[in-house]
Amino acid sequence: MSNYNIQEMIQKNKSNKGAFVEKSIPVILFLITSVSVLATIGILYTLISQSLEFFSRESFTTFITSADWNPYGAEPEFGIWALIMGTLKVVVIATVFAVPVGLGAAIYLSEYATERLRKVIKPVLEVLAGIPTVVYGFFAINFVTPVLQSIWSEISLYNAVSAGLVVGIMIIPMIASLSEDALSAVPNSMREGSLGMGATRLETTFKIVLSAAVSGIIASIVLAVSRAIGETMIVSIAAGSTPNASLDITSSLQTMTGFIVQITSGDAAYGSSLYFSLFAVGMTLFVITFAMNIISQWITKRYREEY
Amino acid sequence: MQLIDKSVIAGKRSGRLALNNSMKWAFFLCTTVGLVVLVTLIVDTLMDAVGYLDWDFLTSFSSARVESAGFYGAVIGSLWLMVVTVPAAIFLSVATALYLEEYAPKNRLTDFIKINVSNLAGVPSVVFGLLGLAIFVRAMAMGNSVLAAGLTLALMILPVIVVSSQEAIRSVPSSVREASIGMGATKWQTVSRIILPAAIPGIITGIILAISRAIGETAPLVVIGVPTTLLVTPDGVLDSFQAMPMQIYAWIKMPQEEFQYLAAAGIIVLLAILLLMNSVAIFIRYKFSQRY
Repeated sequence: MSNYNIQEMIQKNKSNKGAFVEKSIPVILFLITSVSVLATIGILYTLISQSLEFFSRESFTTFITSADWNPYGAEPEFGIWALIMGTLKVVVIATVFAVPVGLGAAIYLSEYATERLRKVIKPVLEVLAGIPTVVYGFFAINFVTPVLQSIWSEISLYNAVSAGLVVGIMIIPMIASLSEDALSAVPNSMREGSLGMGATRLETTFKIVLSAAVSGIIASIVLAVSRAIGETMIVSIAAGSTPNASLDITSSLQTMTGFIVQITSGDAAYGSSLYFSLFAVGMTLFVITFAMNIISQWITKRYREEY
Repeated sequence: MQLIDKSVIAGKRSGRLALNNSMKWAFFLCTTVGLVVLVTLIVDTLMDAVGYLDWDFLTSFSSARVESAGFYGAVIGSLWLMVVTVPAAIFLSVATALYLEEYAPKNRLTDFIKINVSNLAGVPSVVFGLLGLAIFVRAMAMGNSVLAAGLTLALMILPVIVVSSQEAIRSVPSSVREASIGMGATKWQTVSRIILPAAIPGIITGIILAISRAIGETAPLVVIGVPTTLLVTPDGVLDSFQAMPMQIYAWIKMPQEEFQYLAAAGIIVLLAILLLMNSVAIFIRYKFSQRY
């Protein structure tokens, strides 16, 4: 032992095994990381290949131009607009409800609330965000719909209003917490400047803070809308299963996600047009939500204000 | 001569101040919407569940008869589901987060992977269901087994855990890292013995929140075709199974009114489990989070 000087001892202790681990770990981690890319490829491959199979049987032009969705009869019709309109009705109602409320909550939390109140409200929002959507669906059909029916008699058991309101409730926490992050990121010096010039807190909020945080807020809304479009259980429970492109919000409708759930919970014979139509609808849904996510990321990146 | 007429100023200010005050209350009202909904939802469900939520409910299988229907198969099935989902998701996502934060070179491939992860987070869960149906259930011939559903859910929560783990790893200060390297530790020794232990509370919090999302997720299970009328629990990961949210959905869809009460009872059980998991996550966050 004493024959070695320190340098030789270090050399000796640097075992080959250690060097091998150091070299192989990054490779192993990279391979595991590539699973997430594989998942995306898997989704794209599945949707594209099965959709192509669908379009080899049914007309693509009819699919993207027609509003008649009647996939069951002897002569099935596949016009996606009936489902897109269903989704749109629910999403517009959800957005109209959730954006003012979510934004109001974000403004209150960021601009008015005391630290103690924030500590109470934030966990409530987190719990609300963690409630399974099937539970929201139950709430929609067993509470919201009866309440709506008692004040608005024309509304039927399955309708766009109830589903839309509850989808709105579901995305409120998302809008509130992401917008609150955006508002909190506005530096205090800007608020103080405005308040010092004699503006009220409200004027400061609307004219200074909101306009400084507008990119973050819009990004959060786009993200929440995208979530609402992909929401499945609430609409399959509360919105019904009658595809139609009408603008009537009081009667039963079907969304893209609702269709997928309806077909898969029944028996879609493997290999039938009905089975492959699932993937064509899924593809449409994927393209729309993907585009919205990209827009949201683009807004955040492009219009980010650095202070 | 009076240059400033105080009454004019007060007159002009009062409207603005009143607006400020009333809007403050409007904003406060918006904030309470969440709380009101949460309380209404829980109270409404509890009222429906009373009388149905008892020991028999937790220990019997599902049934077409309301009196004898229970949640046992669904609870056990969900546990089985987590046996597959949790290890798979943790293994994949923590490794991905470690790679992206500690090893990945700054190049286009890394950027692509990062964008890919954040886009994966935005994919609707029902689309993950279609992936599971086409790849796991059909192409790999797993059928509607625990394995097929578990892997689908693992892929679904992967981006959630990756992002929260990345944040946890990033919050470990570089001084800690440099100290370890400076003492002669290798990269992997630093990562595995210094950074990972320091980041673990944050990682675990993210994992628990992701798991509680996976337990309540229904849409992919419907798409995969998880049954709701089994009278056995699975013996292995290749058996078919039931799941709590799926069973609740099936009951909601039943035309008879009594099944709505069963659904409510199931929801209370599910929410209780989720609440427990969330409390654990919050506890870990407060107890073990280190401030540097």
